[in-house]
Amino acid sequence: MKQLALVIDLYKCVGCHACAVNCKSWNSTGQFGPLKDHDPYGKEPTGVWFNRVQTYEVGSFPDTQVINFPKSCMHCADAPCVSVCPTNASFKREEDGIVLVNYDDCIGCKYCSWACPYGCREFDEFEGVMKKCTLCVDRIYNTDLPEDERQPACVLSCPTRARVFGDINDPQSEASKAISKGMGYKLMPDSGANPSNHYLPHRKVSVKVDDDEITVKKQGAIKAVRRKVDVEEVVIEDFGIGG
Amino acid sequence: MTEISSEVDGHKLYEGQEVKYTTCYMCACRCGIKVTLEDGKVKYIQGNSSHPTNQGVICAKGSAGPMKQVSPARITKPLLRKEGAERGKADFEEISWERAYDILSKRLKKIRGTDPKKLAFFTGRDQMQALTSYWAKQFGTPNFAAHGGFCSVNMATGMIYSVGGTSWEFGGPDWDRTKYVILFGVAEDHDSNPMKLGIGKLKDNGGKLVAVNPVQSGYGAVADEWVPIRPGTDGALIMGMIHVLISNGLYDRKFLLTQTNAPQLVVVDEGGADEGLFWQEDGAEDSDTNVNYVWDTVTLSPKPFGSHAGVKPALVGEFKTPDGKTVKTSFQLLTERVLNDYSLEKVSHITKVPIEQIERIALEIGVTARDETITLPIEWTDAWGNHHTKVDGNPVAIHGMRGLAAHSNGFQTVRALSALMMILGIIDRPGGFRHKPPFPRPIPPCPKPIDDPALIKPNTALPNPELGFPTKPENLLLEDDGSPVRIDKAFSWEFPLTAHGMIQNVITNAYKADPYKIDTLIFFMANMAWNSSMNTSKMIEMLKAKEKDGSHKIPFLVVSDAFFSEQVAFADLVLPDTTYLERYDVISLLDRPISEYTGIADSIRQPVIDPPEGCEPFQETLIKLANKLGLPGFCDDGGKPKFKDYKDFIINWTVAPDTPVGFLSGWRGKDGRDHLIGEPNPNQLDEYIKNKCFFQFELEESLQYNRNINQGYLNWALDHKLIRRNDPIVMRLYSEVMQRFRLSAKGLRPGRQPETKLQRDRIAKYFDPIPFWYPPLEDATVDGKKYTIHAITQRPMVMYHSWDSQNAWLRQVIGQNFMYMNPIKAAELNIDDMQWAWVESAHGKIRVQVKFSNAVQPDTVWTWNSIGKMAGAWNLNPEANEAKKAFLLNHLIAEEIPDGAGGVVSNSDPITGQAGWYDLKVRIYKSDTEGAWPLFDPIKPPPGIINLSGNEGKTK
Repeated sequence: MKQLALVIDLYKCVGCHACAVNCKSWNSTGQFGPLKDHDPYGKEPTGVWFNRVQTYEVGSFPDTQVINFPKSCMHCADAPCVSVCPTNASFKREEDGIVLVNYDDCIGCKYCSWACPYGCREFDEFEGVMKKCTLCVDRIYNTDLPEDERQPACVLSCPTRARVFGDINDPQSEASKAISKGMGYKLMPDSGANPSNHYLPHRKVSVKVDDDEITVKKQGAIKAVRRKVDVEEVVIEDFGIGG
Repeated sequence: MTEISSEVDGHKLYEGQEVKYTTCYMCACRCGIKVTLEDGKVKYIQGNSSHPTNQGVICAKGSAGPMKQVSPARITKPLLRKEGAERGKADFEEISWERAYDILSKRLKKIRGTDPKKLAFFTGRDQMQALTSYWAKQFGTPNFAAHGGFCSVNMATGMIYSVGGTSWEFGGPDWDRTKYVILFGVAEDHDSNPMKLGIGKLKDNGGKLVAVNPVQSGYGAVADEWVPIRPGTDGALIMGMIHVLISNGLYDRKFLLTQTNAPQLVVVDEGGADEGLFWQEDGAEDSDTNVNYVWDTVTLSPKPFGSHAGVKPALVGEFKTPDGKTVKTSFQLLTERVLNDYSLEKVSHITKVPIEQIERIALEIGVTARDETITLPIEWTDAWGNHHTKVDGNPVAIHGMRGLAAHSNGFQTVRALSALMMILGIIDRPGGFRHKPPFPRPIPPCPKPIDDPALIKPNTALPNPELGFPTKPENLLLEDDGSPVRIDKAFSWEFPLTAHGMIQNVITNAYKADPYKIDTLIFFMANMAWNSSMNTSKMIEMLKAKEKDGSHKIPFLVVSDAFFSEQVAFADLVLPDTTYLERYDVISLLDRPISEYTGIADSIRQPVIDPPEGCEPFQETLIKLANKLGLPGFCDDGGKPKFKDYKDFIINWTVAPDTPVGFLSGWRGKDGRDHLIGEPNPNQLDEYIKNKCFFQFELEESLQYNRNINQGYLNWALDHKLIRRNDPIVMRLYSEVMQRFRLSAKGLRPGRQPETKLQRDRIAKYFDPIPFWYPPLEDATVDGKKYTIHAITQRPMVMYHSWDSQNAWLRQVIGQNFMYMNPIKAAELNIDDMQWAWVESAHGKIRVQVKFSNAVQPDTVWTWNSIGKMAGAWNLNPEANEAKKAFLLNHLIAEEIPDGAGGVVSNSDPITGQAGWYDLKVRIYKSDTEGAWPLFDPIKPPPGIINLSGNEGKTK
């Protein structure tokens, strides 16, 4: 069965919020909008966002790691928001696994937001309905858009190209390849929801310089390594590379 | 559903819908954007996938562009401060454009007819210096600059005076090929999306990223290694790394011998006029175009520099020339410097970076550069006629930005950075740092600033530009007694190499009438009353200050802005500007183009929507003013206007009647077939619009590398007037420009010499021809035992300066800034997480909310810049978090520091005049009360402001 989802590479996420703001922009005037704001120029503005970026710190100085963590609806295989919905407004599409809300049927009871293990539901207090990420369902099948733009807005905008969109049940998709290559994982795998979005963890590239890589070629290199010398005493012979 | 009415690039459009391309300006990155409009309103903004700069991606700021169009702070009427109203109260009357022009043109005509330098014209983030600097030059005032003095002139000049090019729009890492990148002091700033794209590529390719930064935000979060350095000490770290590289023979000998002045012979005999200058045969005079000499180890004699058959130059050593002079190679001098002065123990003590980490990273880049060589089968010919069948590269790239620049030791730090890049042999080669044309240019570029006050005359255009690149004291702009001519004291003995001017000095000096009283000050897009100044509280007082007779010390202040910024509130006359979506702009090769490593590129903005009635692009205002004043260049000899509007000017203006180079390089010539050089083409802008608003010309591969000495490239660049000379651009490990100033200060150089001991001591100390590190100047002027903590800012990725708190979406991302402090330091100071605290510098204090972070160097605290706002500014609710909880660090930063001789001097780099706003030292202690301090009386929105707030929800 097809399951569309996002694969997000945390090792590339610089926390720039491009995905979140571009999502907000597209969906504000898209079919599942608007995403209104409350008191936009007031004391403490709030609004509806389908995608939010959180930033965490792990570890103590100097072994600190800042992690930027974009989060939106995981389009779970066993979506608890769907099973708890008393009006069936929340539903999971059979054809592509996208979880959507039918605003006409939503009564704003918020059961779904309590059931969601990931906190990815956004209550629109202006319309009294629950909203959330649609994987830009109004873009990805939209024949009014150029073919290469039939992607979620967050994927197209991401400046480090940290986001891959596709069918995670198709082993040949870019999304599946990214998961297997990048050790993709699911957030809170034991939540029972079986989320579809995946994250790729931070990795560390290290460069190892073995002693022989320096000593073999450094014979005759400028002498005085970590040695205090007066100007007159500096012993310099030039055996730099590439000469 | 209505019918599809048209199709644009695969977009099926319904009635009322349009898709247009233009260039973003939510920050200075200049990405290509595609704007979808519906019923004349901006619906959606996305990246232009065919654009070279951003390749389809777009950042948070660019994505939030639609909300700028519905800002509540939009000014739509010219405003005049009410008779008797105080500056800063925003107490304006609405006036007509006719009256605004009448007031301004009368005033400017009088200034121009008497003493043109009484007009000071300074611009902020404008990207239109090609026009604004030309306008000021034609007006005849030297008192013009953009914001580079506050921003990053050290990054620009430090590299331009060393390697002939600099970062961002003029060069950067070869992200496609590099295997190791070090970012020094890089936050969000410059460039934004290209750097993020590049980091993504580096990760795809498995390369290593190192972030040297006191703070691990942004790019640091995805770095493979974080180097939490103490602010202002990067220069020492780099010299330590050079020490390791040279000690281990990890330098690219061939590159140093052929592309840099490393082997050139410096006279080390003391006391002569040639002390520290390059040795010349037969005592030939020192000049900008000398070839200089190397020591040939075959004939044991000096030979002209260059790659000549049979000559084997020495890279190190001390020699006796035939005329009896003692000389050493530049590389010898640098080696002595790093070995003697920069032991790793000392460097570690200064920087707080462990010895192990310094040495290991240096060895990693050294070995990567040496062993991972990239070879491309590209033929090219060097400046000495040698034909090469391949292009080699060492895949290490280094990029620096404001963390290096905004310190008073920044120029020498960036010189050290350049030296590191030269030693690794990574300039304009595959995998390293690549130039973007029009760079490389001669070191330094040929244009010199106007250097004679006698050339500043009533009703006369300046013969030379206001800004340029001095190479010797004679290039400074001084009165006969050696005092400064410019109001910002640029190109003076105090600040000689001020290639970008010193916007940060303007208010202070105009207030003090030092060196003279000006009449009119014009600010364009510069928030000098708030976040673009040091010591903001004092700036505000100086803007308001009056003479005994009740007139203002700065008599007339004109501000052009599209929005109700803090600066607007202090204006006497406000000119309502347009947004980036409402006007034509050029991103010109004459200013800061969007070129790529492979060739030139420039771009335009086109109006995609109509501005609100009453708003006028500032460019149109400048053209109209020029026409009313009859400025030469804009008008013919009879005073008749040559250009009817800015669009006409963009298309038809040329550098000179016989030089058909204009603002835009694409589709020139009557038939639009030429580029760079060609007659004006009446359809040029249409061609740009057809091509999604940019022009790109790719050089043939043989001209894309080693451009400092690539004769094919140099010839091409000369032919296309990008450079004025096509001799090899030999990189300066050793800077003879520095030494010329130093010799003048020592009294050894004939010609112009500094007047005072203070000036002589300052220049002798800082104009060292070999890079070196010295403590930021503030360290010597404040009590180091009392003020022990470094306080810096970082630019958030979602906000561009003060612009974006008016943006309903972006202010939801950051609406309050905190002072981030390491818990190690907090424990010492007995401060709790989220506690309010006083932050005190030597001359002021602010109250802030502290938040713990392990991602900051323990001797450093930091915050996001420009989040704090004056209550009411940007038409936010005066109770907004930005006004009540957020804060501005600028209040603490001294705009002037003691000069050591009883006076004061601008708190800026003594070489380039870069504002030293990262030098700040503070102490921090608990506060019993909460809330940001200082607070300012709320300013009320002026007449004519419109609140289009389009996305505000209404509760059912």
